[in-house]
Amino acid sequence: MNPAITLATARRILTQLRHDPRTVAMLVAVPSLLMILLRYVFEEQRTFDRLAPMLLGLFPFIVMFLVTSIATLRERSSGTLERLMSMPLGRLDLLLGYALAFGLAALVQVGVVLLISLTWLDLDLSGSLGSLVLVAVLDALLGMALGLFCSAFARTEFQAVQFMPALVLPQTLLCGLIVPRDQMAGWLEAVSKVLPLTYAVQGMQEITGKTVFTGTLATDVAVIAAFTVVALLLGAATLRRRTP
Amino acid sequence: MMSSSPAVSVQELRVERGGREVLHGLTFDVPRGAVVGLLGPSGCGKTTVMRALVGVQLVKSGQVTVLGEDAGSPGLRDRVGYATQSPAVYADLTVAENLRYFAAVLGAPRGDVDRVIAQVGLAGARDQPVATLSGGQHNRANLAVALLGSPELLVLDEPTVGLDPVLREELWTLFRTLAGRGTTLVVSSHVMDEAARTDRLLLMREGRLLADGAPGDLRERTGTADLEQAFLHLINETAGSAA
Repeated sequence: MNPAITLATARRILTQLRHDPRTVAMLVAVPSLLMILLRYVFEEQRTFDRLAPMLLGLFPFIVMFLVTSIATLRERSSGTLERLMSMPLGRLDLLLGYALAFGLAALVQVGVVLLISLTWLDLDLSGSLGSLVLVAVLDALLGMALGLFCSAFARTEFQAVQFMPALVLPQTLLCGLIVPRDQMAGWLEAVSKVLPLTYAVQGMQEITGKTVFTGTLATDVAVIAAFTVVALLLGAATLRRRTP
Repeated sequence: MMSSSPAVSVQELRVERGGREVLHGLTFDVPRGAVVGLLGPSGCGKTTVMRALVGVQLVKSGQVTVLGEDAGSPGLRDRVGYATQSPAVYADLTVAENLRYFAAVLGAPRGDVDRVIAQVGLAGARDQPVATLSGGQHNRANLAVALLGSPELLVLDEPTVGLDPVLREELWTLFRTLAGRGTTLVVSSHVMDEAARTDRLLLMREGRLLADGAPGDLRERTGTADLEQAFLHLINETAGSAA
């Protein structure tokens, strides 16, 4: 690993984003628009206050999953990955470069949704803003890491896009967003305990409901971080110097 | 002492792709500072040989030594420049942005970006996104990346495809200049008239080496006027000896 190469990689990815203003606009605008939509669909402040933070954790996860799986698939199919693998670039340089660049993009994304939610949409937040941003950015990094890992199993962009509903929708159903987890069948609740999104949503619930940084929240943060690291390591294992 | 050992030494190289053996025990050396042409029809295994030299190809058996080390070993990653046949550059970045990134990865000196842009004649397209370049320019941007950091060995897969005769001439002059400074070049092509410009020719067909020698010697040995004829002669000769 070499910090100069990691930073150069992050800079290169951000430059690519800069050349694609439409993607940046959608990255920032879509979650905000969905949040506004959510507020007016419910027409009731209390329900919105309950759901909004969970979605604040979900949006960056989904968006980063998609963006990363397509971006790395493109690196693989265009031959740039092979070129980089023949150069003095460590696999972690590439992964951390992506994490830095997309983590920064996630920060902007979450910042804008949060700004709109707290001002215009009158979101009532009990916990600290800092922990909310922390969990949201961690969720984004988790999405990124999983996207990177999944892209190794996709040959085409069609396949890559389909991994999103396949991996994300079941987690959305089980994470407690739609039905509280303790009201689910026992086996479903058990499954939900091994899915990372469960902890993302639980963490957001802690932040909305309680003013202090609870032990549960600390566990949630640790679990999301652990999932992210494992997914990144699995992703690193899919980057091969030599291919058939 | 290093300069006396060959730049590349390949022993009994066998490669399997998709369950089929595509290289059947290749053996050859490439002397330092030479321009070596890897010639043969499309699908004969040229690209696989080049990938093995760079160390990105999984090989079944055999030994590939490059600049005194095993091909693909970490110490070689900034000493070998590789340009694939289909350009491996970021289409959404400009030529200069691409080169700045790859130069940073290679730890190449600052001035290298401008140097290689001038060497491949892309000064006019410096700040143009790669996606808007013509096919030939795209190819040259790809070649420019391989020149970053002045590698000791350049492995170039069909670098002159789609170029007009003037540009082709310029690139071959560049290859000659680089070789004059001690760089070793392995250049693949399927165009026979380029073969005459090399110091040494490796003629390949169906994963085997048909001939290995100077272009003049090959013409002489086969008693033919041009290399196209020499190639045909060698194919018949091999077919005859196999029967």
